[in-house]
Amino acid sequence: MLDDFLTRAALAGLGLSLATGPLGAMVVWRRMAYFGDATSHAAILGVALALATNLPVGAGTLLVALAMAATVSTLSARGWAMDTTLGVLAHSALAFGLVAVSFLPGMRTDLSALLFGDILAVSRADLGWIWGGSLLVAGLLIWRWQSLLTATLSTDLAHAAGVNPDRERLVLTLALAVVVAVAIKIVGALLIAAMLIIPAATARGLARSPETMAALAVLAGAGAVLGGLWASLRFDTPAGPSIVTVAALCFIASVLAGRLRQA
Amino acid sequence: MPGLQGRGMTLVSVQSLAVRFGGAEVLRDIDLSVSASEIVTIVGPNGSGKSTLLRAMLGIQPASSGRVMRKAGLRIGYVPQRLAIDRSLPMTARRFLSLPRRVSDAEAAAALDRCGVGAVAERQLVDLSGGQLQRVLFARALIGRPELLVLDEPTQGLDQPGEAAFYQLIADVRAETGAAVLMVSHDLHVVMAASDRVICLNGHVCCEGTPQVVRDAPEYRALFGYGTQGALALYRHDHDHNHGPGLAHHHDAACDHDHSAPDHAAKDHAAKEYTAAGHAGEGHSGTGPHHA
Repeated sequence: MLDDFLTRAALAGLGLSLATGPLGAMVVWRRMAYFGDATSHAAILGVALALATNLPVGAGTLLVALAMAATVSTLSARGWAMDTTLGVLAHSALAFGLVAVSFLPGMRTDLSALLFGDILAVSRADLGWIWGGSLLVAGLLIWRWQSLLTATLSTDLAHAAGVNPDRERLVLTLALAVVVAVAIKIVGALLIAAMLIIPAATARGLARSPETMAALAVLAGAGAVLGGLWASLRFDTPAGPSIVTVAALCFIASVLAGRLRQA
Repeated sequence: MPGLQGRGMTLVSVQSLAVRFGGAEVLRDIDLSVSASEIVTIVGPNGSGKSTLLRAMLGIQPASSGRVMRKAGLRIGYVPQRLAIDRSLPMTARRFLSLPRRVSDAEAAAALDRCGVGAVAERQLVDLSGGQLQRVLFARALIGRPELLVLDEPTQGLDQPGEAAFYQLIADVRAETGAAVLMVSHDLHVVMAASDRVICLNGHVCCEGTPQVVRDAPEYRALFGYGTQGALALYRHDHDHNHGPGLAHHHDAACDHDHSAPDHAAKDHAAKEYTAAGHAGEGHSGTGPHHA
């Protein structure tokens, strides 16, 4: 069954949704959208460095994403103006990454795979990497869920309850770096943040508790993956952008549904 | 209830505490301890460091110097001065009570009922009024049998009957569970009745003691009693003190070295607010923009 490239693509996307659902909800609640951008754009630089140094691509991506996430996290804890800082970091990381890639012979042709993903070329090994990373992130978030929620709601309340908000931020930083390293193959560096935020935003209008929002975000993400793959085959469109397009359509539908219910 | 003061073990204490924000020294030379079962209230003008002191005692705000000690494993119920909830986070009052420790439905319902908000259990936090949110925060603080309740302006947003009921509830909780209470309050007219000990704060401890002692302390009068009709008139109706303009400059030596321009402005501002409250008589509900 895994011999079929479409099955592997679908499984890869579903695995990713397990992690992006709850993590995306956290990103939305904590207003970390730009944070996701900076981290995922840094991943391109990671790929270039890994190829230049003959490191495994996954490891290179993970390391650079982690470094970027840690930098942003530290700056934000020191009270830097995040809007500007992230704007600088996200786009600089993208530019540096693209320049670095241009130095690598034979990489120019693969650039679109880096930027937009190549889900239809997912191998069995990739599948193991994706599911392993996603389950790790989902497990980490489930384990820390109560503390993460408390720290998200108020760092003061967390402190008073014996929860260290800095540690919870570190958990999220780690989770984000892993998701970026996993997702770059599927939706590409430009659209990872979209996979985090759009399904969570879709779920927001329908949820009355944090847990249902995270679960609905998993479903919305999975739906977008399956719908996007189908559309990609049917209309011969690039798979990664098709997935995000379907996610965006789901979001619009959920907003309209919410309006209708209120009226 | 005086008489309980000083009994029981020390739950939290600070020694020679100082807190600086950048170059500004917000707190200095603070020595304070709270023992089991006592109700301690911190009063002071805006900008006097009341919230910062609470946050330092909880370990939220790092001390620039001095020591902060808390009993090991101290169970704290905390009501922060404000809770900003992002609209993107769906959270019912019931779910909020289960953070970070999950509690049973019965326990949650009992706490909400006790605080008069049993009906809002399934409402979203962002849809609650200020007073309702304040009660929900207090309900959460009560859960888990806290040994120490730390309350930062707990009655903001409450109406007059709500306020009275709230202080009664604090007294009941202390009587039942023996929990100590450390709170910041602007409700000067009830502070005196509800506290075992009052700390008058203005960057440092100006004076402290039982409400009677503090009420008669010149430092306290200097902070709250100056202006044409000081707030002291609210609870001192025997007119045994001077309301004359000279009082504005009557400061205890300990209070005197604190007249940098911004601080003085803050004091002035506070004095005006209290004076206004004093003129309004019992209409003062503590809902003004008092954010220390």
